[in-house]
Amino acid sequence: MAGGQERILRGRIRSVQATKKITRAMELIAASRIVKAQQRVAAAVPYSELITEVVRDLSAAGAGSSAPLLAGRETVKNVCYVVLTADRGLCGGYNSGVMRAAEGEIKEDALQGRGHTIIAIGRKAEGYFRFRGYNVGRSFTGFTDSPSYAIAKEVGEYVTGLYESGEVDRVELVYTRFVSAGNQEVVQRPLVPLDTATTEGGDGKNASGRDYEFEPSPDAILETLLPRYVEARVYAALLNAAASEHAFRQRAMKSATDNAEELIKNLSRIMNRARQDSITTEIMEIVGGAEAMSAGN
Amino acid sequence: MAESNGAMRVEVVSPERVLFSGEATQVITRTREGGEVAFLPGHAAFLGALTENHTRIYLADGTIQNLAVHLGFVEVGADHVTILSDAAELEQDIDVERARAAKARAEEQMRSEHSAEVEADLRRAHARLSAVGGLGAASH
Repeated sequence: MAGGQERILRGRIRSVQATKKITRAMELIAASRIVKAQQRVAAAVPYSELITEVVRDLSAAGAGSSAPLLAGRETVKNVCYVVLTADRGLCGGYNSGVMRAAEGEIKEDALQGRGHTIIAIGRKAEGYFRFRGYNVGRSFTGFTDSPSYAIAKEVGEYVTGLYESGEVDRVELVYTRFVSAGNQEVVQRPLVPLDTATTEGGDGKNASGRDYEFEPSPDAILETLLPRYVEARVYAALLNAAASEHAFRQRAMKSATDNAEELIKNLSRIMNRARQDSITTEIMEIVGGAEAMSAGN
Repeated sequence: MAESNGAMRVEVVSPERVLFSGEATQVITRTREGGEVAFLPGHAAFLGALTENHTRIYLADGTIQNLAVHLGFVEVGADHVTILSDAAELEQDIDVERARAAKARAEEQMRSEHSAEVEADLRRAHARLSAVGGLGAASH
């Protein structure tokens, strides 16, 4: 009877060992992808910094007083949330953190009588919000671990379209910012209308202190520039989210691997004791039997 | 102007990476309404929206870097020229055969319908071919 228990334990240890191999592999893959994702975040910085500077210079030159993407609306009836999650799970609290933050905001808005539209990025957000009956405007899935600029462009065009048609009065980005490999945080950033604090040079002077010549007029440049600016912001958010996803996955898989090791250790201990028990019982039985025989003689 | 003999720093930046960075003595590009513009070191601060064009960067070592820029912006100061574009291609990255095919296709479409999109396709193909010198004498 004790031998049966030993066999069951051996089977469990083998299965935990197989799982450990998988989680270890996922951990290593995620770790190598963090580096690449981090490089992509860094590579996108010059463009977004330059484009911000140009937007600042233009608004300092007096452009954009009439640009719809810059002007906020007095009454906000509908808010659009662009929620950036992963396509896959197995990454700890990464998805739930972002979705909880977005859901909290939506409930807050509902209390104040504002409606919502969700742009779900990543399969997890799509499933979560669809299932709970939220208004999902559109979803973009299938690329979250390595997003391309073309996707940022598509998202950017879609949200500016929503804003310009008056369907929504504000667009917010909810994503996980990649601070460092050991630190990521869920943040919510206004996307449209563009924050005047980020586009104005504070005291009305242009950022670089130069007087620019413009060709064509500042307003005409700004008109083509603002959509690009929105896209660059979306792209930066996508890259940050991708890097964070890998970091979360690496951590989740590391703790899964550690956990599996711990489990194997405990199970082998129990198995060894069971084996010893069965051996002891067997010896006792033999000794007992031998004594009975000699007593019989 | 001030430092007309010196070189200036030229950068071509796309959202995904810095495509090109180097010292140059002259940059020629084309703005949306103003036609071709050349920037020399010491140029006054300038900000322009670009059309699809063949941009030439005259490097400090005497060679010319050709590239096709499909829309974007140029920001110029006394000592630098920065081109921001979400779609720019260096001469060495352009697939000539594909550009030729795209040009032929766009020209074909032009005959049947005249849309802004087809026109932009044609301008892009034109800029690419011009950048690799595949357009013959027509470009300059």
